[in-house]
Amino acid sequence: MQGRIHSLESFGTVDGPGVRYVVFVQGCAMRCAYCHNPDTWEMNAGTLMEPEEILENYERNKPFYNGGGITVTGGEPLMQIDFLLELFTMAHARGIHTCLDTSGIAYNPNGNPAWLAKLDSLCTVTDLVMLDIKHIDPEKHQKLVLQPNNGILAFAEYLDSKNVEIWIRHVVVPGITDDPTDLHRLGYFIGGLKNLKALDVLPYHTMGKKKYDELGMKYRLEGVPEMDKSKIPELKQHILNGIRERRGLPVK
Amino acid sequence: MRPEWKDFVGGKWESEINVRDFIQKNFTPYEGDESFLAGPTQNTKDLWDMVLDLQKKEREAGGVLDMDTKVISTITSHGPGYLDKSKETIVGFQTDKPFKRSLQPYGGIRMAEKACSDNGYEVDPEVSEFFSTHRKTHNAGCFDAYNQEMRACRSSHIITGLPDAYGRGRIIGDYRRVALYGIDRLIEDKQAQKDSTGRVMTDDVIRLREELSEQMVALKLMKEMAASYGCDISKPATNVQEAIQATYFGYLCAVKEQNGAAMSLGRTSTFLDCYAQRDLKNGTFTEDQIQEFVDHFIMKLRLIKFARTPEYNQIFAGDPVWVTESLGGVGVDGRPLVTKMSFRYLNTLTNLGPSPEPNLTVLWSTRLPENWKRYCAKMSIQTSSIQYENDDLMRVTHGDDYGIACCVSSMVIGKEMQFFGARANVAKCLLYALNGGVDEVTKKQVGPKYRPVEGDILNYDDVYSKFMDMLEWQADVYVNTLNIIHYMHDKYCYERAEMALHDRDVKRYFATGVAGLSIVADSLSAIKYAQVKAIRDEDGIIVDFETTGDFPKYGNDDDRVDLIAQDVVHKFMTAIRRHHTYRNGVPTTSILTITSNVTYGKATGNTPDGRKKGQPFAPGANPMHGRDTHGAVASLSSVSKLPFKDAQDGISNTFTIIPNALGKEAKVFSGDIELDLNN
Repeated sequence: MQGRIHSLESFGTVDGPGVRYVVFVQGCAMRCAYCHNPDTWEMNAGTLMEPEEILENYERNKPFYNGGGITVTGGEPLMQIDFLLELFTMAHARGIHTCLDTSGIAYNPNGNPAWLAKLDSLCTVTDLVMLDIKHIDPEKHQKLVLQPNNGILAFAEYLDSKNVEIWIRHVVVPGITDDPTDLHRLGYFIGGLKNLKALDVLPYHTMGKKKYDELGMKYRLEGVPEMDKSKIPELKQHILNGIRERRGLPVK
Repeated sequence: MRPEWKDFVGGKWESEINVRDFIQKNFTPYEGDESFLAGPTQNTKDLWDMVLDLQKKEREAGGVLDMDTKVISTITSHGPGYLDKSKETIVGFQTDKPFKRSLQPYGGIRMAEKACSDNGYEVDPEVSEFFSTHRKTHNAGCFDAYNQEMRACRSSHIITGLPDAYGRGRIIGDYRRVALYGIDRLIEDKQAQKDSTGRVMTDDVIRLREELSEQMVALKLMKEMAASYGCDISKPATNVQEAIQATYFGYLCAVKEQNGAAMSLGRTSTFLDCYAQRDLKNGTFTEDQIQEFVDHFIMKLRLIKFARTPEYNQIFAGDPVWVTESLGGVGVDGRPLVTKMSFRYLNTLTNLGPSPEPNLTVLWSTRLPENWKRYCAKMSIQTSSIQYENDDLMRVTHGDDYGIACCVSSMVIGKEMQFFGARANVAKCLLYALNGGVDEVTKKQVGPKYRPVEGDILNYDDVYSKFMDMLEWQADVYVNTLNIIHYMHDKYCYERAEMALHDRDVKRYFATGVAGLSIVADSLSAIKYAQVKAIRDEDGIIVDFETTGDFPKYGNDDDRVDLIAQDVVHKFMTAIRRHHTYRNGVPTTSILTITSNVTYGKATGNTPDGRKKGQPFAPGANPMHGRDTHGAVASLSSVSKLPFKDAQDGISNTFTIIPNALGKEAKVFSGDIELDLNN
């Protein structure tokens, strides 16, 4: 089963534990205002590749990935679940650590049973999911990414029920996703995930804007400043407090 | 056992000069972390402030604070010099004061004069007269022997950066011997070596006997020089301070007499740790004191300076000394050679701040202790001042007591040395192949008048076969030029201090080098996989190219082009190996133009890969800028396919990456949520 691949990065250090071979798949349904890979949105573009080809590339440089593994990101990997399932099944069989970076947008608990069955299988060969929760508030989420967030939150709970390890990522954009109350709520929600292993709070940057210009696309966050990195520890503290509250730990 | 060696485990090293044996019997591997390290003492801070102040003054003065224009630098030419005598625990400068550059005309008087005049000084006319009339220099010797072809190759830069007007460097004395044995024992040993030479006075035996005599003179002068600082190095060092001091004096003598392109230190840390361990155990010194000695030692190494010309600085991007010190590595018995002293050396980057010199080089192995790996990584992140080299690769050839000269040249300390040979511009050689030996920039017939390529579209088999012929010619003229250079360097600018700290029979590597490898690989790939049309000027010389279609580029882990690069290195080395080399040097090559890629690029015309005339080459074995599009691992993987057996003098890859792409910051990322929740 071929996948539509946008690009391959042989030295990924920020997409999961260790040094990782990162597969960017083509195609995404989300339209996140700050997406820095808008060139991966289009569904019918990209290069077709077999899982075996990707694993061959990986195996060639295996010594570099000691302690790391393969990460599939995008685009939205779950839009190509057949390919993903095949890739991860083969990788897992070879002892390669598999990590899925997803928005969870494709998930619908009442959706196609065949698709959900594949997802169940995928969970058995996925070592880690990095779930990007864009916004905890449904309305603000809709506005930011032009999609609802109920399925995404349900997806987090689904993963937890399958005992898949989860890292939560959250991009903080000044004036949009940095409200302390929202951050606390986000923390409260993810505090309920028993397999939560890490939290990655990403300061919004404008490096993606150049791509929009090149692609002749409108950049929706025009004029929004970059997030001051020095504020991150404090913002992160709001999320951590939310987790603490949910887990009955003393809030700081 | 000698009293200075009390508490050391004896062995072969007592009865013969054998520092490695001493280390193996006496070093204490350290697997712990950096928590034992000490910060700078007040004296260290005061001294470093003085250095910073002098550095500022030097910058304000335009790069040079003071130069000697009259006194020819020798081991004993200058009296002692100090920053602040009362605070320095390790002493010694190249001249009678810090920041004063010495006068070293033996490599070439014109270079010495120019180094002065370019910096606003003038060499004493008597000195100039003496070295033009009465005493020949290395540079004059080379030009006496060069033939027309060599001169043409030199000025058209198809062979380039040749050490015919400056010191060749790349020889590392075993400076540790001074500490372990003391000078008197080393002189005795040299006398025995001289007595052991053959009785038939062939050229080789005569030269050896003369050199050994020169070495003994150097050893005697070392002792005198040390005495002028109030130190007695005639006998073995009795503690770590004396051991560091004696090692440094050995090195200092080398840089007093040689303004070499790379004056490296060797592999001293684990040796010195044997003394530090003994002193800690006996209560002779505390950790604070030992770190202070190390800080002062490293501070001195940071202040080694040479008189150089702006042109030289352009080739080497600044005026590096390449005081390379090799740290860590793993022994042939499997024990990592990491000691507390390895940590103390890196700790100077914290105590004194980051610095490119000395060039602290970690010999990396997958089997190094985890704590050491972590500390190296941490210090790299904090200071960007550490170089890494593959010990697992080099140990196979050199064992476990080798060091790095310059940036990548490996040699067994005290047993091997190299004749540095700059490099052959293979990108230009490819253009010569296309144009039948005519230089694409000067339009002169420099190479042999082979048949140039015909027709508009370049045919791979045709170009490849012509390139191979031209490569043979290039190797021929290159090796022969180097034969002259090293003959003359030995004759007129012999490294007596460094060679005094070597065995009698050293293995000499005859180092050559390649520049422009990635250009050649990509150019041949373009000709093979795309369509390259040659564009000729009014004289029928190919000066530009038009490429249609895409082609695999070196740096993307793509065998189609990576194997071309591999093949070119192998063919080049095969051509080099065919030739006679001076003193039966073992030919090697390197792919390591770390700094001179800009200069080489300036002298080279348009190339079929799309690089334009004058544009810089990629450094060393790097892919061309921006052509590696599959990330660092794929890029490194292409480089790692180059055969070490054909490039034993080293393969360098300059790796630049924005910090954010190297991982997460601890403040942003909670890699272990439980930790953050509970803290």
